[in-house]
Amino acid sequence: MADYADSGPATAPTAPSGLVAGALRMVDYWLTVVARTWKGGVITTFVTPFFYVLALGVLLGGFVTADPATLEGADSYLAFVAPGMVAAHAMTIAFSEMTYPVYGMVKWQRIYFSMIASPLTASHIVLAQLGFLVLRTLFACGVFLLVLAPFGVFETWWGVLVAWLAQGLVVLAFGAPVLLFSLSIKSEESFALIFRLGMIPLTLFSGTFFPVANLGPVLEKVAMASPLWQGVNLTRMLALGEIDWGLAAIHVVYLGLLSAVCWWFAVRRLGERLVS
Amino acid sequence: MALFNAAVGATVARPLRGGEAARLLLWRNVLVYRRAWLVFVTGFLEPVFYLFSIGIGVGAMVVGFEYAGKPVDYREFVAPGMIAASAMNGSLLDATFNFFFKLKYNKLYDQMLATPLRTVDIAVGELLWNQLRSGIYVTAFLLIMVAMDLVHSWWALLVVPAALLIGSAFGAVGMALTTYMTSWQDFEKVTLAMMPMFLFSATFFPVTAYPEWLRWVVEVTPLYRGVVLCRDLTLGVPSWGALVSVVYLLVFGAIGLVVVRRRLDSLLLT
Repeated sequence: MADYADSGPATAPTAPSGLVAGALRMVDYWLTVVARTWKGGVITTFVTPFFYVLALGVLLGGFVTADPATLEGADSYLAFVAPGMVAAHAMTIAFSEMTYPVYGMVKWQRIYFSMIASPLTASHIVLAQLGFLVLRTLFACGVFLLVLAPFGVFETWWGVLVAWLAQGLVVLAFGAPVLLFSLSIKSEESFALIFRLGMIPLTLFSGTFFPVANLGPVLEKVAMASPLWQGVNLTRMLALGEIDWGLAAIHVVYLGLLSAVCWWFAVRRLGERLVS
Repeated sequence: MALFNAAVGATVARPLRGGEAARLLLWRNVLVYRRAWLVFVTGFLEPVFYLFSIGIGVGAMVVGFEYAGKPVDYREFVAPGMIAASAMNGSLLDATFNFFFKLKYNKLYDQMLATPLRTVDIAVGELLWNQLRSGIYVTAFLLIMVAMDLVHSWWALLVVPAALLIGSAFGAVGMALTTYMTSWQDFEKVTLAMMPMFLFSATFFPVTAYPEWLRWVVEVTPLYRGVVLCRDLTLGVPSWGALVSVVYLLVFGAIGLVVVRRRLDSLLLT
């Protein structure tokens, strides 16, 4: 019996003092995940967005003739499409990180179950998960913006800096709802549907590649209601230095509310799924 | 013992006849997909979305350019590119991700090979299913093109077999490459091959956008050959380039099929 007593923890597990303190206990877990898996995402994270800019922004853009008035104030198609692609990239990261990996932590490797078996609760787990998502996105989008800088598509340095930080909000506005979705579904087949009916049409029709005005008056309003257009327009205004502060405030409130509501539901859903 | 022999002997396996193996595998896939019909139905949407977004939304701002000596509407230029690209994408995703999962995790083919099915039956059967689906999708896409008044030639009908040829060729090569993969991390390499082909094979802009030497490189990639073939057909201007594409894709696919059969033999039967 003495052997068992010696091998136990030196001190009994204690509850974390607060929400952030609890989430910080998972730092070493997420660092280990990054250290073991970063190679699997290098191409999709860094090379893909760059190739899209090259193919559509530079090469196809060479055939686009439109004056700045029809391109929402951009001097060239490249300057128009580049900030949109940054926001779309943030969204893509949210979809790829919050679908299969999250589902695996519930259903396949069941890592959430081992986390909840400690003094941590669902709120800590979600904070750490989404916090990791934000940091990962800021890193990826930061690299993307740096790569775009030599193309001369940005107006002011502070605009780009704020646009970069805004990607944290953009990714949350997709990360929290998709997390909620992944915690709620029963079969992984549903993912094919949210990629095909959610992510792809959002990317293609939310003002990333062409001004939403090209959609016609009715569909334009529909596109403007989508969270990606909110993020794209916020990023584009900041990058082009043509900022309507009132509109920017609406974008921030919209994205913030969407994140907060879905975050709250995600915590509840995770609790139900792990404890009951 | 007599009882045991009777139980087993009652259904002694007999060799399969010609098309029987392929039909069985096809039927298996139909059964599997019956539970995911929504996934099946939505499969053709991606190229349609691209056509609407890039073809129409961005196309509204694109100055026209010439193809085969005559000016071409941008939507008519992009649509066949989307047919070729989605034939490649659909086939490659199936032949890599899904094939890898069945090969490595499901052990599906180990089970199949315990029956009279042979490895070549598996390769052909998977490819057939893949192409049946792809054929339905490309037909739907062609109908949409007709509805949008983007087709003006009967040659366009041949784009369905052309897409099947592109899909089979990529499917066979994809399966062959998948047999060499050891982990999911290897799929980054699939993305690394697929994504630049999708973007740079004259799908969205004419090959004249490149300098001469780069243009030559693009013209020998398999997707570019597929795009040329589809574009010549839907625009109704078949050329020698299209014929070269057919031969190229046939050879490309045949090599893939030979490799995949050999590799499956050595992976699963030894």
